[in-house]
Amino acid sequence: MEGTASEAQTVGPASASGAAARVSSEVLLSVENISLAFGGVKAISDVSFDIRKGEIRAIIGPNGAGKTSMLNVINGFYHPQQGVITYKGETRKQMRPHRAAKQGIARTFQNVALFRGMTTLDNIMTGRLLKMRSNILLQALYWGPNQREEIEHREFCERIIDFLEIQSIRKTQVGRLPYGLQKRVELARALAMEPELLLLDEPMAGMNVEEKEDMCRFVLDVNDEFGTTIALIEHDMGVVMDISDRVVVLDHGAKLADGTPDEIRNNQEVIDAYLGVAH
Amino acid sequence: MPQRRIAIWILAVPLVIAGLGLIFQGLAGAYPALYFTWGFFFEAMIGGLLQGVMYSLVALGFVLIFKASGIFNFAQGSLVLFAALTMVGFIEFGLHWILAAAITVAIMIAVAIAIERVVLRPMVNQAPIILFMATIGIFYFLDGFGQLIWGSDIKILNIGIPTDPQFFLEGVFEGGILINSFDMVAAAVGAVLVAVLAVFFHKTRIGRALRAVADDHQAALSVGIPLKTIWAIVWSVAGIVALVAGIMWGGKLGVQFSLALIAFKALPVLILGGFTSIPGAIVGGLIIGAGEQVAEVFLGPIIGGAIQDWFAYMLAMVFLLFRPQGLFGEKIIERV
Repeated sequence: MEGTASEAQTVGPASASGAAARVSSEVLLSVENISLAFGGVKAISDVSFDIRKGEIRAIIGPNGAGKTSMLNVINGFYHPQQGVITYKGETRKQMRPHRAAKQGIARTFQNVALFRGMTTLDNIMTGRLLKMRSNILLQALYWGPNQREEIEHREFCERIIDFLEIQSIRKTQVGRLPYGLQKRVELARALAMEPELLLLDEPMAGMNVEEKEDMCRFVLDVNDEFGTTIALIEHDMGVVMDISDRVVVLDHGAKLADGTPDEIRNNQEVIDAYLGVAH
Repeated sequence: MPQRRIAIWILAVPLVIAGLGLIFQGLAGAYPALYFTWGFFFEAMIGGLLQGVMYSLVALGFVLIFKASGIFNFAQGSLVLFAALTMVGFIEFGLHWILAAAITVAIMIAVAIAIERVVLRPMVNQAPIILFMATIGIFYFLDGFGQLIWGSDIKILNIGIPTDPQFFLEGVFEGGILINSFDMVAAAVGAVLVAVLAVFFHKTRIGRALRAVADDHQAALSVGIPLKTIWAIVWSVAGIVALVAGIMWGGKLGVQFSLALIAFKALPVLILGGFTSIPGAIVGGLIIGAGEQVAEVFLGPIIGGAIQDWFAYMLAMVFLLFRPQGLFGEKIIERV
């Protein structure tokens, strides 16, 4: 009942901003009253928001606001003490990382978590592991079909490589790549999982203007061409306001505001949190 | 590329052996104390190679765990001891050795699952050094636990492998070449084991998943690799490899505490072969085995014996200076 009411409320502004074709009113994931503490340190307290199918949802906030913790809760690295997570209509108290991956949640990390000893291609291929037939023994015995399957997945990865324009580093060990490219490989690996929900943790951090522009383009293209729902954490306000459909603001673990970029831009509380207030 | 390198090695081996033989032949000319015939040389060489396969059997267990978690598993030796003790225990109950081995395999899998559940699961995302410390704990626990259950007496493990020496090529060399048939069986078992493991890890997707897990736990979880399952599988396989090593070493030396220390002889093998390579464990074992045997027999009389005790470690040290990642290991690159 509650869900339908809030949907009805928000359909209006979404269609007004011209995003109606891309963003559906269906909620893909929602977190309700999430609280997470590490011992006495409260990382998140009583935060609720939702992510609609097809939208680009930004999570912003000053350092230490609990943004990354929130992503960790969504894909199951952290288990919140309170609250529930509803993903694709299924409500749970907590997610588990490999089950989240199986159900179509992929992510990238703030400080790049790649398999450094492997090549770019191998890294991206790990994203296909879940899509491969699961019977290990069968794979060992029937080497013909196994090889065919490998080739199919390889072709898929090559398409992603083309899409992200990283053909030239296909066989390079990722540990050797510059930071900006590592971030791109990480995105490629996440895309190889054909995710429904893509969580990006500061995808543009530490990049120069050109790299940032490229990354923005990729994020928008992914959203546009594959219809992937994206939740991203980002500090560059220009980027956030440009590409996201809706923004949620966290501060000191609590939700400060939630709305369209325009609403957030003019929200006094958000401005205070970022700039500080004179007492 | 690795295939090509392996092929080069295989081609180089006869040349190296022949070269060594010529060197020792020359030495024997200079030092009358040194006894050299080609038959004797090949005998020492083959004996050493077979001994090397036995080292490889233990080294394999280390490689498996290292591939899957990037840690040196200190407990591998105690897994060998525990497996051998358990198997002997069941044989002493009067079971046939095949049945005893089957039960031991089941127990080793249970041990692996327990290790994953109790020790490793709370350690996800910890630094490798922490996991390494945990394996030291596992070493002492298994070491004590095995002896608590099965006693600390020296036991004889005899599963009917012939131990009589055989003579070969009597027509070519004077007196022929003497080879222990137990060593030959052990070498054959080692070869089969390596073949099976190589197929398991290279022809299935598990290989890639393993490397992923070893590189970064968090990233592996995020692409949906079930870390816990992978660890349980790898420790189970390491347990089974430990059982095979335990049967072979136990059959040779008797099942006793010092079996756990044999594992440390695998250390130079790993440094030579590379911690992440299954073929590396074999090649490393062969080089160490043959090297120390030949050095003992032909250099021993000149510089005064007991070379076998330190030769392997010295060779490993030289390797660390020139090729720290081993012959077949992955090169470690750090971008600063």
